[in-house]
Amino acid sequence: MIKALILRDTRRGLTGAAWLPIAFFLLVAALVPFAIGPDAKLLSRIGAGAVWIAALTAALLPIERLVEPDRADGFLDQLLLHGIADETIALVKIAAHWLTFGPLLIVAAFPAAALLDIGGEALAQLLLAILIGTPGLAALAVAVAALTAGLPRAGSMAGLLLLPLAVPLLIFGAANALLLEAAVSLLLTAGAPFVAGAAIRASRT
Amino acid sequence: MKVLLRFEDVALRRGGRLLFEGLSFELGQGERLQVAGPNGSGKSSLIRLAAGLLRAERGRVERSSLALADDAIALDAELELGRALQFWNPSPEKAMDALGLAHLALAPVRLLSSGQLKRATLARVAASGAPLWLLDEPLNALDADGAKRLGGLVERHLEAGGAVLAASHQRLGGEWRKLELGEGKAA
Repeated sequence: MIKALILRDTRRGLTGAAWLPIAFFLLVAALVPFAIGPDAKLLSRIGAGAVWIAALTAALLPIERLVEPDRADGFLDQLLLHGIADETIALVKIAAHWLTFGPLLIVAAFPAAALLDIGGEALAQLLLAILIGTPGLAALAVAVAALTAGLPRAGSMAGLLLLPLAVPLLIFGAANALLLEAAVSLLLTAGAPFVAGAAIRASRT
Repeated sequence: MKVLLRFEDVALRRGGRLLFEGLSFELGQGERLQVAGPNGSGKSSLIRLAAGLLRAERGRVERSSLALADDAIALDAELELGRALQFWNPSPEKAMDALGLAHLALAPVRLLSSGQLKRATLARVAASGAPLWLLDEPLNALDADGAKRLGGLVERHLEAGGAVLAASHQRLGGEWRKLELGEGKAA
């Protein structure tokens, strides 16, 4: 059942406009040269930070699709009745969300890096930082999605909740402090299932 | 006879309102119980409490493994009905057949009518193999044929040693024990 659930969530993530956050990510990255000007040296200096801002904003887009449809449709209730704990549901959703978001974001980081004149060693470091940071970002997205599921204006609420909590990922990711970034990402990934599980439980009425 | 569902002195509060208190009953193998009462008397809440989806304010609820059919469809709209039901149970064919859904196995869930979706949720319960069935307003959106098929399924389930708890303000086919919920008090 758990395997079927991962497959199902991944399938729904990929068929449900998985390209949208990625297109948004590229668009934000493309805006930076327009806003800053075509100074290659300046661009490559702020490049990594710009990529991270683009990634965080792109991570907001799928949040409303992560938990709320399954809550409203009774899917979460039926999963619990089939003996799957809410924390396990959350963990599965985090894994499936990362699968539909992380790899695509890493691929999209190549054109984004080209737009910002990031190359060579800096590009490799950026890709590694994204690889390390995206599980934490996916976990945070699922936790925030569960906390805001069923609320009016959940999308805006989710932005207000997620962006401040993602600041540590942004700081360590952009500064290339990979060990600290990994620690934050691990903490988020380990804690988010419990937060999301409790939020799912509290949302049952 | 084994007891499949037991309420002991249960009180339930929703949104600050006491729906019922001091509610005790047992449901054993081969028994069916209808929860009746006016709109807002707490029928659906009692079903969700029995399912373990809500917590009682006081008292104890013991339950065997169970299956629930309520107004929530919980089937992926983009899938074919057969595949969507297979997510919950690897072989739903017999139950689909019993509810007259066999010819819809390849129809996408999003195109089904509300009556067909109701049959699908009942098919999930029938395919579950759980001894205790919880049905919330099972007759909603069902036509006469659907109601008859449901009646037959319930009879067979009881004969096989199962039990059914149904919430409905309508008359259900067959002989049901009744539990009346009123305004803020136990029956």
